[in-house]
Amino acid sequence: MMGRRPEPPIRRPPGALIAEAQAVHLARGGRTVLDCVDLPVRAGSLLALLGPNGAGKSTLLAALSGDLSPNSGRVLLHGRPLHDYRAQDLALQRAMLPQSSPVSFPFSAVEVVRMGRAPWARHATLDEDERAVTEALTATDTHHLADRPYPALSGGERARIALARVLAQQTQLLLLDEPTAALDLRHQELVLRTARTRASAGDAVVMVLHDLSLAAAYADVIALLHQGRILAQGRPEEVLEASTLSAVYGCPVDVFSHPTHGTPMVVPVRERKV
Amino acid sequence: MQGVFGNPLADPGVIGVSSGGAVGAVAVIVSGVRVFGQWTASVAAFVGGLVTVFAVYLMSRSGGRTEVLTLVLTGIAVNALGGALIGILLFLADPVAVNEVAFWQLGSLSQATWPQVVAVLPFAVVGLVVAPRFAGRLDLLALGEGPARHLGVDVERLRLALITLVAVLTAAAVAVSGIIGFVGLAVPHLLRMAAGPGHRFLVPGSALGGGVVLVGADLAARTVAAPAELPLGVLTALLGSPVFFWLLRRSRLARGGWA
Repeated sequence: MMGRRPEPPIRRPPGALIAEAQAVHLARGGRTVLDCVDLPVRAGSLLALLGPNGAGKSTLLAALSGDLSPNSGRVLLHGRPLHDYRAQDLALQRAMLPQSSPVSFPFSAVEVVRMGRAPWARHATLDEDERAVTEALTATDTHHLADRPYPALSGGERARIALARVLAQQTQLLLLDEPTAALDLRHQELVLRTARTRASAGDAVVMVLHDLSLAAAYADVIALLHQGRILAQGRPEEVLEASTLSAVYGCPVDVFSHPTHGTPMVVPVRERKV
Repeated sequence: MQGVFGNPLADPGVIGVSSGGAVGAVAVIVSGVRVFGQWTASVAAFVGGLVTVFAVYLMSRSGGRTEVLTLVLTGIAVNALGGALIGILLFLADPVAVNEVAFWQLGSLSQATWPQVVAVLPFAVVGLVVAPRFAGRLDLLALGEGPARHLGVDVERLRLALITLVAVLTAAAVAVSGIIGFVGLAVPHLLRMAAGPGHRFLVPGSALGGGVVLVGADLAARTVAAPAELPLGVLTALLGSPVFFWLLRRSRLARGGWA
């Protein structure tokens, strides 16, 4: 168990390649879910994975986290295949927020956030741990929830505490699966701003999102998935194009520019109310 | 156990240690085999318990991973099978053996003599020393398997290690005392309600608390109906359940449920 020394976490400068999917093919239950997917993930960049339900977004995230192994192709982290890492070393390099985060026993919210510090047991001091926990609570606006039992929190409160746990892990690679799903408008913006701040500070953030306008407003790069393939990847204004989106989502959409700052806004074509 | 399965219903019985041990013990009692003299039933219970646990574990494993639900369901099926086997053995047995089996199943410390205590002691000591080292990782497992893995826990290895540990401990206990129900389920709950869900306290606390409850119950069992001795397993379940119901309701109201 204690055989090899723990590897200290690596931090790379903005723009550097952190993780990479190379020709990843992945099948689940006999169905191809990812088909020849190439995706670079860079430090200092916020990458949004978009696409309709069942396009393979969460599967791609699971492949990047090491939860699922590709049938062919490979996933690299700092140039090394994921399966080459031990779980405890990996935990210092990447953090993952799953779609839902149930906790089986009535731990308090702050205890749950503190669990995010577990990988640092042999690398950080108690002071550093506490500082990371406090910062994570501040970033998610959850100080007032700290002592409440986690199972008694509302869906949105749980989602923010779960995000705080992931932030407290302080990894350079952050994988977030629909971090805004259960949140109201204000907290959606809070979460995206937090992700934006982390990316600007040099982290690599990958998140699955459903709100196209939200992705356009905050992401540096968007990858649009459809039927297990990456259809387009690039800056929001390149990827979010009305005819492509209408075809991919099977629903006609309009793309506008925001009147003051010009970021794309995507709205389904709707008839006027009578 | 509840930590390993991330499920407040789990106790060692779930993975079949107790029923496997019972089948082993009943088989030798009924068949009248006496290879190890008076120790035969204990040895058979120990072996039966361990074999059953590993059978359950192997059957519920697929593709290098164990799904908790599969594990629990397999355990339930194995428990049913164990019950059936015991039934068949009782059906074939003579009345004296049936009587002996009935009392063994109800559980009692009356058969626990010093030599037996000495035989079990090494298992208990190893268990008590090793178990708390897993406390931190057990806490993380409460987040679920995926998140625990993301936080650096080798979930499969942890689970195998803990199941082995629990199997050895329980098999050793069942071997000397028979099945004493409810302590394994109730004591951790009582402590969790009193001191919170952190396993750093819960694991050693449960061992101690379980021991205290058991000794207390044994004392009561021997004195209440003296000179007769009530079966200990009956007493723990009889008194334990109402207390447990009450605490359950109270803590549900106070804390807003389990999950």
